[in-house]
Order: sequence, then structure tokens, then C-alpha cells
Amino acid sequence: MTAVETFLQDEDIHSYLQRNQRKELLRFLTCGSVDDGKSTLIGRLLHDTKTIYEDQLAAVKRDSVRHGTTGGDVDLALLTDGLKAEREQGITIDVAYRFFSTAKRKFIIADTPGHEQYTRNMATGASTCQLAIILVDARYGVLPQTRRHSFICSLLGIQHLVVTINKMDLVGYSEARFNEIKTQYSEFAAKLDIRDIHFIPISALKGDNIVESSAHMPWYKSGPLLNHLETVHIASDRNMADFRLPVQLVLRPDLNFRGFAGSIASGRVRVGDEVMILPSSRKTRVKSIVTADGDLTEAQCPMPVVLTLAEEIDISRGDVITDVENPPHFGHDFEANLVWLNEKPFDPDGGYLIKHGTRTAPTTLNIIHGIDVNTLESKSLDGLHLNEVARCEISTTTPLAFDPYKKNRATGAFIVIDRQTSNTVACGMILDSDLQAGPTDPWATVAGHEGRARSQISLQQRERRLGQKPGTILLTGLTGSGKATLAFELEKRLFELGKLPVVLHGLDLRRQIASDLGFSADDRSENLRRIGGIARILNDNGVIAICAVLAPLASVRQRVKKLLGADRYLEVYLSAPLEVCKSRDQAGIYQLAEAGKIKVFPGISSPYEVPESPDLTVPTHELTVAESVDRIMSLLQDRGWID
Amino acid sequence: MPQTMTHLKELEAESIHIMREVASEFERPVMLFSSGKDSSVMLHLALKAFHPGKPPFPFLHIDTTWDFKEVYAFRDRVVAKYGLNLLVHTNMDAIRAGVNPFDSGSVKYTHNMNLQGLLQALKKYKFDAAFGGARREEEKSRAKERIFSFRDRHYQWDPKNQRPEMWNIYNARINPGESIRVFPLSNWTELDIWQYIFQENIELCPLYFAAPRPVVRRDPQLIYVNDARYPLAAGETPEVRQVRFRTLGCYPLTGAIESQADTLPKIIEEMLLFRQSERAGRAIDHDEQGSMEQKKREGYF
Repeated sequence: MTAVETFLQDEDIHSYLQRNQRKELLRFLTCGSVDDGKSTLIGRLLHDTKTIYEDQLAAVKRDSVRHGTTGGDVDLALLTDGLKAEREQGITIDVAYRFFSTAKRKFIIADTPGHEQYTRNMATGASTCQLAIILVDARYGVLPQTRRHSFICSLLGIQHLVVTINKMDLVGYSEARFNEIKTQYSEFAAKLDIRDIHFIPISALKGDNIVESSAHMPWYKSGPLLNHLETVHIASDRNMADFRLPVQLVLRPDLNFRGFAGSIASGRVRVGDEVMILPSSRKTRVKSIVTADGDLTEAQCPMPVVLTLAEEIDISRGDVITDVENPPHFGHDFEANLVWLNEKPFDPDGGYLIKHGTRTAPTTLNIIHGIDVNTLESKSLDGLHLNEVARCEISTTTPLAFDPYKKNRATGAFIVIDRQTSNTVACGMILDSDLQAGPTDPWATVAGHEGRARSQISLQQRERRLGQKPGTILLTGLTGSGKATLAFELEKRLFELGKLPVVLHGLDLRRQIASDLGFSADDRSENLRRIGGIARILNDNGVIAICAVLAPLASVRQRVKKLLGADRYLEVYLSAPLEVCKSRDQAGIYQLAEAGKIKVFPGISSPYEVPESPDLTVPTHELTVAESVDRIMSLLQDRGWID
Repeated sequence: MPQTMTHLKELEAESIHIMREVASEFERPVMLFSSGKDSSVMLHLALKAFHPGKPPFPFLHIDTTWDFKEVYAFRDRVVAKYGLNLLVHTNMDAIRAGVNPFDSGSVKYTHNMNLQGLLQALKKYKFDAAFGGARREEEKSRAKERIFSFRDRHYQWDPKNQRPEMWNIYNARINPGESIRVFPLSNWTELDIWQYIFQENIELCPLYFAAPRPVVRRDPQLIYVNDARYPLAAGETPEVRQVRFRTLGCYPLTGAIESQADTLPKIIEEMLLFRQSERAGRAIDHDEQGSMEQKKREGYF
């Protein structure tokens, strides 16, 4: 008897409807290959929860004779097969959605196949799911594909895993075998970023531990799969802390009403809350929360609402209404994990758009390194092809309001669209890296890599005229390490070769464009941003820039690199130790610093972060000036900047 | 405020989000309106999505001229009540060629009146996005359907060439001449639809409720003799029975069921206990296995 029938015996339809109105929704995906019995598991869930209609069952019985693999028994796997061609092949090759419900919850299953080439489909299915069922064949234990499925779930931010050890009937319902696989899985799962992992021994074919506890496995006491799906705690999966509302459209039904419609992506909002609008950074208060069911005093994600605001502020689609206390990152540049979804591989010269929230922006993508979905370790990649995953640098022409995906799934996700074909070619999950800028950070206003559209002289023409590849050499090191000396010597050497170099000397610039800045960490960052900006303009015009700057912080150097582009940036670390630098100091700056007269002095009273992987380290305390310059010149030759 | 919403509120939120995206990103959207229960729910959601404004797109009825008279009356009442912009299109070429539900066969009839009628209207008004009330649960090939379903310039659907759909971020870019079908009710089941109609007190076409109606038996179906156009056998008189409809199509092709369910709770109770797939009452799916898939390839919803 079905839950419904039982229920209708006890209570009338009115109380059934009342109760049914309080159901929650759980979306989950099933990962496993055909052989793991995935379709059978889904068929079993649908069958045992009486979701299948008689005529569907009759059709399956008919088909079981034609295609079935169960030798006359009803092949439940056939219930979930979809398109005709696939039905003939006996495999599913896309994401298919199935539905069933019990007295407690409604379930949506994203049914995705487990073959290696279908990372794309799994990512698609996982993107909307809260939970994943990983199927393991009890005979074979954890296979490479088990790891792959688990890693993709982790990558897509799934918070709940249910590892079902299937085909227990074929291993004699052995508790030892179950525990063995559980241990095997737990060992590698330590690498996953998933907090809730649950193990269940099942037989989908025989119905063990699916809906009812299995009589064959009395040693397993944690209840059947369905019970777990009905009770797993999902209430705190969503980010309820950080209010974000990407504006979908502006509603102005008449002159007196101007409201901003959108779905609350995360957090909650109350009437009277102070909110900020990005990109304008303007602040105001929420005047009302309008819905067709009446105005609300409070609303939360994922509710679709219309907000009216206390002040007239120019807001349009793509803008984000957000928390004031706890705003998102705002900027052009971020790093993300990308899953490539298209047959056509990534083209570095191709035109791409990002759709993030309700904003679509042109973008550039740079691959940092690939990610092996079997191990989650980084690997080198030759391009980016269908089903490959890579960590990338993203730079959009329009700034975006975003959060790391880990912290906020709704504002950390985006898709990449090919401008030529209009296809969705990749999906991205924004990473929590320290390069991200807040809304007031001046680095965020730096334009992307498309700023040279107006010049009628191309970079190629300039390169031909000057006979050089432009780029920036950043000489970093302590005061007294020889930055200026080397910079001007290098400039001379390049100039003699017929090149056009320009030195940007930290102290010179401090007398010019940075005269308003001090030496605090923020001011040093701003100083370097300005120098980086000039170097960028020089490079864009074919000129080689040599920056002689202290640049004590790795994160700030990293930002300069990002601003200039990795292929146009060389970091040279002058490694003379502090004692040598002090001994070279004729102006007595170190004495002042040690006496506390200069408050912030890298190497003495504030950190100098030694570059971890500079393009070149020059021990200026061991080499002559000429030898030092020789080393930099050979680096330039190695990198193809000069012949 | 509770941390989680009910499943119906979640489904409602998803549908409204989709409708607002389409209204913002497309130039000429349209919403199909058939007067059926799914259509009525879709309309209700559209009214909610753009409140306090009106849905910023027209509604389209593909009129085969063979809908139930109750359907026409319901349609006109709803349109007047909400001040909707309704467009009605009929495939007049087919009418002139004598296509009708009795002689043409259900395949040819449906192809001409529904499919060709729809394509003519989409072309005539240059719609680039059309909302339909189809649900993934309804039929096997629908289970894989995207929410944004892309159609080429011949309005054809290629199951191998659909875009991956991630999160709730919908890629709305199309090339000139291409269009999409949008299914905001994709994740609703029949029970969800009924439960929501009950919860929101949505007005339905009276044909869903049991009432005494004149019917004739055309095995395996009971056909409601809706007007004088229905051909009766010599000496045949329709018999009045207490019947209702689970789906609404062209009246000569849509089977009634005998039922006492004359209120929403009774209908839902009956639906819960009635283990027959929803479309079993409609003739168009029975013709061949995978017929829906074939129709979709040709441009059907």
C-alpha cells in the first residue's frame, strides 16, 4: 500500500492536503555507471514509493522482454531511460530529471551518467543539487570513477554525500566487506571538501535498505536510504547571512511605483535595512518588500521579491542590492575553477562572455593550471577541452559583485558563453583567493585587457618598429639591495642593443605621481598600483618597463602581475641579505628606521616577504653589477623578449 | 521566519525567476495559453512575477476550432478579468483543406492544427521566446528537456544540441531567427500542480469538475458530445453521465472519465488513487512509441 493510500485511510483529503503543503524539497543526483546499478536504484526508488503509474509499469514490462537484461524479471532500469536512440543503446547520455515524493519531502533526482567523458553532465546535474548518491559496486570497491564522481561533487559544492555500497547480495551481505569499502572511501574522502558523508549497504535489485531496512543485513542499524533522504538536515545549506539580490528587472507599472525585481540569492532582508547598490556603491534603505501575496516585513533566499527603496537611485538590470555590513567582493579580476562543457576547446583568441547573476560581461580567461578530476591535483594542460577542469584567471570588462563559491553558491557561480556561437561553453566556481578586491579598493577600477581599442596603431606595428617584445621587469629587494643601480645599468645595456627601455624608479615616482602617499601598507600598495599602471601603458605601447621598487608584499606583487598579464611580467629578486644592505646604506636610512624614526620600514619594522618563485634571483652581494645584468639579459633572451 | 521554504514555494520561486529572466532578456516573448490546468498555473505565476505590474508579454491561444465550448468561455473570462493581451491563431490553410479530427486521423490532425498552427503564429509575430506549460514528469523524453529549449530557425529541436543548464543561470543568447521554448513548470509534478491550485485557489476550467454531461462511447474512450458537429451513428443518442476531464484537448479526441469528483479536494483524492498516467486520456501519444520525441523534433512543444 502506498503512503498516500495509507494516509487516505486514516485521514480525510483535507488534512492530507494541509500536511502535504508543509513538505520540503530535496534535489539530489545519482553518480555511477550503468554497471553500478544506478538506473536500477532510481527505478527501485520510483517503484517502491509508488511513483510509477500502472501504464508505465506495463510499458516497462513489455520493454523488459525486448531490451531487458534481467532475464524476464521487470527491468526497473528501463523506467528511467529517455530518448529513443539511447534507449536502443541501453545507456543514458544526458541529465534526466525524475520526481517522487513521500509524506515528508518532494524529491527531484538529477540522473547523470558515469562515463569518463561526461564530466560535463555531472557538473550540470550537480549544480542544482544539495545531495549526491555515489554508487559503489560491493564487488569492486572504490574505483577511479568513484573518486572522480566524488571530486566533481566536491568541486560543485555538494554538501551531502551518500555512499551506497550496492549489490550487497552478490557479496553475501557481508558486514566486513561493507566496512572495508567504507574505510577505503573514507581515506581518500579526507581530501574532499564535503562535511556530511553517510554510508549505506544496499541491493537496488533486491530492494535491500532502499525503502525498508534489510532483513539480510541486521548488522546495519542506520536505516534505509529513503529514510536518510527524508531526514538529512538541509536547512542550513543555503547562505542565510549575506544579503544579495541581483536585479532582474525594474518594474514601473505607473508613475508612482518603481520597484526592483529579483530573486534573493542569499541572506535575508527586512524593511528598513540599510542596503548598498553595486556598482554605484550608493546606500539607502529598503522601503518595502512587495509580493503578489502582500507586502512583507522580511524575506529570504530564494524568494522572488520586488524591493522599493527609500531614495531615488538609478538602478538597472545586472546591478546587485547587497548588505552594507557584509558586502560582496567587487571587481574585474578573480580566480575560478572552470569546467569546459563544449566540444570546441577553449580558444585563447576567442571572444567570451560571462553571465554571473543577472549581469553579462565580456571577459578574458587565462589558464593557470589544469585539475585532474581523478585526484584533484593540479596538472599541466595543453589547452582546455571538453570535460577538462582548470584553475583560471578571469578578467571581465565590467566589474562584478561576487563571493567565493564555497561561501556563497549563488553569487560564486557563473557560466561562460562563446560570443560567436552563443553556446554555453564552460561553468565556473569563483575561488577564495587573497587577490580579490573590496568595493573601495582602487585596484578594482583597473581596466581589463581590452583598453587599447582606440589606438590606430597596433601593438604589432609598434613591436616591428621598435624591434622588441614589450614587458615589465620588476626588481624587488630590500633598501640597499641594488635595485636602482641594476635598473639603470640594465636600461643602458638594452638601449645599446637598440631597444627602448624606460626605468620607473620608486623614489622618482614618489616625488611625482605618488607625492600624496606615505609608507603604510595601503599607501605602498597604492604606490605600486600607480607604477604598475604606468608600466602597463608603456607595455601596451611597445616599451619595456624596468621597475625598481621595494614591493615588500607578495600579494601586491601578485596584483601587479595580474594587472600587467603573466606573460608580460618578470619578477627579479635581489637577494642581498639585510646586513649587506645596511652596510651599503650611505644615507643612514637604516639607522633612522632602527631608531624608530621611520615607523614602517620593510625588513626592520614591517615585513619584507621574500618572493617564493621569482623568475630570477640575483645575489647582488656575490656578483658584480655587470654580472648581475648579464643574468637578467639571459633571462630576457630565454623568454624571447630580446634576441 | 523558518529556514526552509515549502516545496511549493521553492517551485514557485524557480518559475518566477525563469519568467523574469525571459521577460528581461528576450525581445518578443509570448506565453502559450490553452486554458488547461498547467496553463492556468503558469498564468497565475506570471501574474505574481510581475506584480504590481502586468505580465509584459502577450498570451497566445492556438485555436483548432475544436476546443470545448467551456474552454472558450473560460479563456475569455480570464482574459477579461486580468486585462491580458490575448492573441488567437488558427491554421486556416488546414481548415480550408478540410482537416478535421474525424477524418484526418489523429496524427495528421494534430500535426496540422496544433503544430503547424503554432509555427505559423510564432513566425507571424516573430516571437523569440515562447513559454509552455510542459513538465519533465509528463513523458520520458521530457525528462531530459532543458528549461530553455533551443530551436533552430526552422523551430526544430535537436536533442544532441542543447545547451548545458547550470544553477539558475540561463544563457539567453540566440542567433537571429532562432528561438527558445521556455518551460517554467519543468520541475512540477501533477500533484504539485493540483496542490498549488488548491493552495492558491486558482480558477480552473469547469471541465475538470465532474458534472452530468452527454457522452458517447468510442472505445476505449468516453467522448463528450460538445456540439452538433460530432458525428453520431444512426440512431445513437448521447447518454448523460457524471464525467470530468483530466486533460483538455480537442473535444472529439479527449476522453472523459466517469467521476463524482466535483470539488478540488475530491479531484485530488481521485488523482492520488487513480493510477493512470496523465496523458493516457489523450490520443496523441498512443500512436507510436517515442511519438512525443518525434513531434518535438518537428517543433512541437
